[in-house]
Amino acid sequence: MNFVKLIFMILIIGGWTSGLHADELAIRNCAWCHGTSAQGYMTAPRLAGQRYEYLEKQLLNFKNHTRDNPFSMQYMWDAVAYLDPQTARDLALYFSTLPPKPANDGDWNLVPVGKAIYDGGIPQENVVACTACHGPAAEGVREIPRLGGLSYAYLKRRLDQWGEGFHAAAQLPMPFIAGKLSPADIEALASYLSFVR
Amino acid sequence: MQRISLRFLLRVTVLGAAGVAAGGSDGASRPAGSGGDVRAKIEYCMDCHGRQGQGYHGFLTMPRLAGQTSTYLENQLRAFMEGRRDRNLFINMSRVHGLNPAMRAAVAAQFQQLNPPAFGSAPSNLAAAGAKIYEEGVPEANIPACSACHGPDGTGQGEIPRLAGQVFSYTVRTLSTWNRDRGAASGEQTSAAVMAPIARNLTPNQIAAIAAYVSNLR
Ligand code: HEC
Ligand code: HEC
Ligand code: HEC
Ligand code: HEC
Repeated sequence: MNFVKLIFMILIIGGWTSGLHADELAIRNCAWCHGTSAQGYMTAPRLAGQRYEYLEKQLLNFKNHTRDNPFSMQYMWDAVAYLDPQTARDLALYFSTLPPKPANDGDWNLVPVGKAIYDGGIPQENVVACTACHGPAAEGVREIPRLGGLSYAYLKRRLDQWGEGFHAAAQLPMPFIAGKLSPADIEALASYLSFVR
Repeated sequence: MQRISLRFLLRVTVLGAAGVAAGGSDGASRPAGSGGDVRAKIEYCMDCHGRQGQGYHGFLTMPRLAGQTSTYLENQLRAFMEGRRDRNLFINMSRVHGLNPAMRAAVAAQFQQLNPPAFGSAPSNLAAAGAKIYEEGVPEANIPACSACHGPDGTGQGEIPRLAGQVFSYTVRTLSTWNRDRGAASGEQTSAAVMAPIARNLTPNQIAAIAAYVSNLR
């Protein structure tokens, strides 16, 4: 943590935002799918403003193939096949510093239901309150991702696929948590979160 | 040093609380205990408190429940439901922890049996200073030896909680915010009252040292 802060300080004092610049080849490769300002495009999720530690961890998960979601296998395994650890850190740092914009593409009518589940869970159905880990503004912390403003389709797909058994290799809390959500819970949560800024 | 029995201090409270055990606000309208069996309920607790009940670092720190005394676990669950604890947190702890009395007892008994390794992650250079305060207190600051109540190994007993293996950042937060988050409303006599003056007299450095020390006890 402190080391990361130190790097930030040095970069800020040095007048850069990261060790990498938007026009560098590595970034352009990512932007091809994730959009020029990394706000997400089609099936590729937004990376802008995502937590540094989370981004770095996912890149390693793609590389060692523990993140085995269908689109991860199809797109990301190849995209990071030759990524060295230092470049992975540089990319994570670069994307984490870009300002995120909310997708706003869920069903607005489901926002109150989704917010209630996010804030308090559904204890009698053994569904946890997401806010305990992801934070009151869905901003994430360390290796726990920001959820606010990700696209509806991506959020829904991610939660559906944990319930189906993808990306279960590691002892993460999410496969267990998502497995207890009903399809209606997932619709409501994905809708609500897509509007959170 | 001798262990101080708290039974005298606590008898009134514990008896008083038993009569209103089912009376949480959200807990009563959404009886969390009715939705599933004990196994499923424990799974739910572990989704936040760690897959073995050893604690977890989320946005909030979830404390270790494994090996905790069942009496203390039940007392705290009741404190959440009755709004005596953490009422100012951004998350509704009374709703999250709402269980009916039977489920509360069953879940507490199960967690007491667990014995996973400690969560870890405490700064190790503080532990020696912490051990001294834990075993001897700080007489000039009116701080008693923690071991007198929490036991020489930090394993607790009855309404006195186990501290051994507790997550560092949780113990730090708990002792730093005791008055705000676990302080009683005026006139209320609860099991939390004995810790209030102790927590108040500890300095931030002393708190960090003790939290580091107990986090490594097993
Ligand atoms: C060919 C298209 C494509 C390219 C090129 C690509 N990505 Fe991806 N990326 C995707 C898709 C699609 C997903 C969603 C995977 C899923 O649904 O599991 C994804 C997911 C991710 C995720 C996970 C995000 C999250 O919230 O969990 C990260 C991190 C990521 N990509 C980083 C990168 C980086 C860094 C690069 C450049 C080195 C890159 N991607 C290049 C298509 C691409
Ligand atoms: C005990 C902590 C915890 C709780 C509670 C929790 N999460 Fe998570 N969540 C995580 C962690 C850790 C990750 C990162 C997983 C990884 O590393 O792949 C994550 C990842 C996610 C992701 C993936 C985001 C992305 O960019 O791909 C989604 C979506 C998600 N959680 C939704 C939820 C929802 C909805 C809830 C409430 C029903 C919830 N989480 C409750 C810890 C938690
Ligand atoms: C949404 C996440 C979440 C869920 C689900 C959850 N808890 Fe908690 N619990 C917490 C947090 C956060 C704290 C710490 C509050 C604080 O810092 O004071 C806590 C504190 C506690 C405490 C107090 C521990 C102590 O040492 O004083 C007990 C007991 C407890 N929980 C039991 C349970 C049980 C039993 C369940 C299952 C029925 C459960 N919890 C489910 C988040 C959760
Ligand atoms: C007179 C007996 C007594 C002494 C001495 C004592 N404690 Fe406690 N402690 C208690 C009781 C009783 C509780 C449970 C309070 C409640 O029910 O909320 C407690 C609770 C705690 C908790 C909260 C545990 C949790 O899981 O949330 C911590 C931390 C703690 N004590 C630390 C200490 C430290 C550090 C010392 C020494 C400086 C100390 N205690 C001395 C009786 C004592």
